[in-house]
Amino acid sequence: MTPFAKLNSPSELDALKRKAISAISGCATRVLVCGGTGCMASGSPKVLEALQSALEKHSVPVRADIMNEEDEAAISIGYSGCPGYCQVGPIVRILPADYFYTHVKPEDAEEIVTQTVLGGQPVQRLLFNDGSESYATRDDLPFYKDQVNVVLADCGVVEPGDIRDYISRDGYRALAEALYGLTPEAVVAEVTESGLRGRGGAGFSTGRKWGFTQVVKSDKKYVVCNADEGDPGAFMDESIMEGNPHALLEGMAIAGYAIGADEGYIYVRAEYPLAIERLRTAISQAEQAGLLGDRILGGPFSFHIRIKEGAGAFVCGEETALISSIEGQRGMPRPKPPFPANSGLWGKPTVVNNVETFANVSKIILNGAEWFRSFGIESSPGTKVFALTGDVVNTGLIEVPMGTTVGDVVFKIGGGIRTGKAFKAVQIGGPSGACLTEEHLDLPLDYDSLRSVGAMVGSGGLVVMDESTCMVEIARFFMSFTQKESCGKCVLCREGTRRMLDILTRIVSGRGKVEDIDLLEELALTVRDGSLCGLGKSAPNPVISTLKHFRDEYLAHIVDGVCPAGECDAFKTYSIIEEKCRGCGLCAKKCPADAISGEIKKPYVINADLCIKCGACADACKFEAVTLG
Amino acid sequence: MAQSAVLTDSGPKAGRNFSRVQEIIKDYGATESALIPILQKVQDEYRYLPEEILTFVATALDIPPATVYGVATFYAQFSLEPKGKHIIKCCDGTACHVRKNQTIINAIEQRLNLSDGRQTTDDHRFTFEIVSCIGACALAPAVVIDGRVYGQTTPERIVAAIDEIEEADKAEAAQ
Ligand SMILES: Cc1cc2nc3c(=O)[nH]c(=O)nc-3n(C[C@H](O)[C@H](O)[C@H](O)COP(=O)(O)O)c2cc1C
Ligand code: SF4
Ligand code: SF4
Ligand code: SF4
Ligand code: FES
Ligand code: FES
Repeated sequence: MTPFAKLNSPSELDALKRKAISAISGCATRVLVCGGTGCMASGSPKVLEALQSALEKHSVPVRADIMNEEDEAAISIGYSGCPGYCQVGPIVRILPADYFYTHVKPEDAEEIVTQTVLGGQPVQRLLFNDGSESYATRDDLPFYKDQVNVVLADCGVVEPGDIRDYISRDGYRALAEALYGLTPEAVVAEVTESGLRGRGGAGFSTGRKWGFTQVVKSDKKYVVCNADEGDPGAFMDESIMEGNPHALLEGMAIAGYAIGADEGYIYVRAEYPLAIERLRTAISQAEQAGLLGDRILGGPFSFHIRIKEGAGAFVCGEETALISSIEGQRGMPRPKPPFPANSGLWGKPTVVNNVETFANVSKIILNGAEWFRSFGIESSPGTKVFALTGDVVNTGLIEVPMGTTVGDVVFKIGGGIRTGKAFKAVQIGGPSGACLTEEHLDLPLDYDSLRSVGAMVGSGGLVVMDESTCMVEIARFFMSFTQKESCGKCVLCREGTRRMLDILTRIVSGRGKVEDIDLLEELALTVRDGSLCGLGKSAPNPVISTLKHFRDEYLAHIVDGVCPAGECDAFKTYSIIEEKCRGCGLCAKKCPADAISGEIKKPYVINADLCIKCGACADACKFEAVTLG
Repeated sequence: MAQSAVLTDSGPKAGRNFSRVQEIIKDYGATESALIPILQKVQDEYRYLPEEILTFVATALDIPPATVYGVATFYAQFSLEPKGKHIIKCCDGTACHVRKNQTIINAIEQRLNLSDGRQTTDDHRFTFEIVSCIGACALAPAVVIDGRVYGQTTPERIVAAIDEIEEADKAEAAQ
């Protein structure tokens, strides 16, 4: 791609937008192959290649550069970001008809080219089919029907590798309007008025945070984007960075203008190589186009953005730890105050916001606070992106108005439980979060409603679990995560999480004692109150909430010696399936406990009282006759 | 071949030649705030952080070796032990965990003969790490082998992928 010419005024940006729109509309067909992490893993690079060769084979002229209007070719092909429904990937979308092809394989390329690109008809068998009917376009799909896309609106239709595509969709117009039409104070006022609350977890008012930083006098200020996305099981920030990186850059630049900063950092976790690559490309294109860097759009405002890669520490998602990490130190939280607004990066006033928070900003500036407030509820306006995973039929990224109920997300958008078993719980907010159960299905998902039942929005991870998930084991799983990730600064967090983990491990291994429950509850309070940062303060949450809603399950492990969900290995027993056993006797020979007896050529049996659960019999049997259950 | 140069460099005598490290430090600038990116780049090149290099970096950036060592041990990404030629990462984030990834973890450990928390095979061919979320949660359970993501995967598929890599390595060695 040739370098972009520097834009020197808002009217030049407008001109480029018109040119881009006209170039795109000159393209009769746009083929977009999903280039998100999920679809890339499912094989979308091979699909793109196959489509390209099929187009070549049929001598269909393809535009090398979609924005080149001179090019007679009326077909373009490229990577989009993730439209959210990764589970049915690789996804191919054909614009402008918006046919939404799922599970596309390289072998399907020929038919897509002949039937859709050349023939204008959808390939029926590639359309999403839920078993009873098939759906032609994205908006028809049951997965999308109840979603409302603000932040993700462009994710999956815009080519992240071409800034002009973003510009054609009003990209950077909010920045131009802010720089040329609004004072920094007016930007802060608009964002405050919109009611936008931080999407990184705590839900603090973004406008107020900017306001605090704006009023501090300093020769240097910083804007920092928290893209550490530490919650395991959440990937919305990743998708925004991969699919629409300019939305983040634009939001940061507007924040820079509002608070008076000329430099920004994006702290991205190292596990997101594709997001980092897309951000680098986006920054470089924005700099060439004069939308970042010195004298943006020919005006007096300059803003530079740099990327810092994280190095694998969950605690670095905490803002003060993140700042230490950017400075090159160990990422350990510091006490607040001072808040970053007064003393942040290198001691300078700093605004720290989450990726999704920044991605909302340009929409608010363009459409106004009032418009933003038309989504969601009074105390939590706007939408929220959630990563819906676990035992639901539809997994992926979803965006819904704040206040949508848990039940609607799980059963309408998620399509219910995929295993056919009963719904048990949703874990929200990851290792710092809590579980919601049947009784919460009507609970609205928003900051305050969740807080009222002891849960939190957190980052937006929603993990759905069916009845085969053991809640004690889940509590143990989260505790082992937080225990490993504790930075060790506070004794109560470091030692307390270790002790809680020991107790939980004991219970799931069948060695729990009745006193353990009281002990867990006591430790939970001690750790919560004696920890410096959110990691320690919220580490006990999964234990507290599972103890509240699933105390019976703890007791069953401890008192009755059973795992009601049937998940914990310690409570399983080995047995021989009569029909499968050929009576070879091998297992009996291998058993170190002499627990197996029988006669050659007749089914053998295991004496559960003698069995030490070593598993040797299962390994030895060639007929898969030994089961653990 | 660039690859084999890296391989010999990462042997026990690694770090004798600091010219590459010097280049990296020059690229990022000899300041404390560049420490993490410098260590990341060094690890990219050597597949781990040899001790002599940590000392060298400390001197070059004019900060105490203990500080450099402290940073290197704080972050999970850094390894002070040599890693294998191929890196296998199994996700143990929540989404993968509830989709019962334990069978995959067991299968990999068994296939590579790793037990008692050992991560790297004796022949330094494979390193196996358990990580928290690689961002492919909708395709849980997920595994990454040498940067390639395997989604909605099974123990059988991962073991087959390891077999393939081993075959390819053997074929390469035979040439
Ligand atoms: C242990 C811990 C981990 C955190 N991880 C993240 C994270 O991965 N991403 C994020 O945006 N915020 C995270 N936060 C919250 C940040 O400290 C901070 O509140 C947030 O980045 C502010 O941005 P917002 O106001 O836009 O939400 C974490 C907090 C704690 C205590
Ligand atoms: S609460 Fe835990 S993670 Fe947070 S500073 Fe203290 S020890 Fe570190
Ligand atoms: S090894 Fe298998 S087939 Fe043979 S006796 Fe035991 S259970 Fe039966
Ligand atoms: S699990 Fe071990 S002890 Fe139990 S029956 Fe099998 S071989 Fe014997
Ligand atoms: S990665 Fe393709 S739909 Fe999410
Ligand atoms: S939880 Fe495994 S990829 Fe996110």
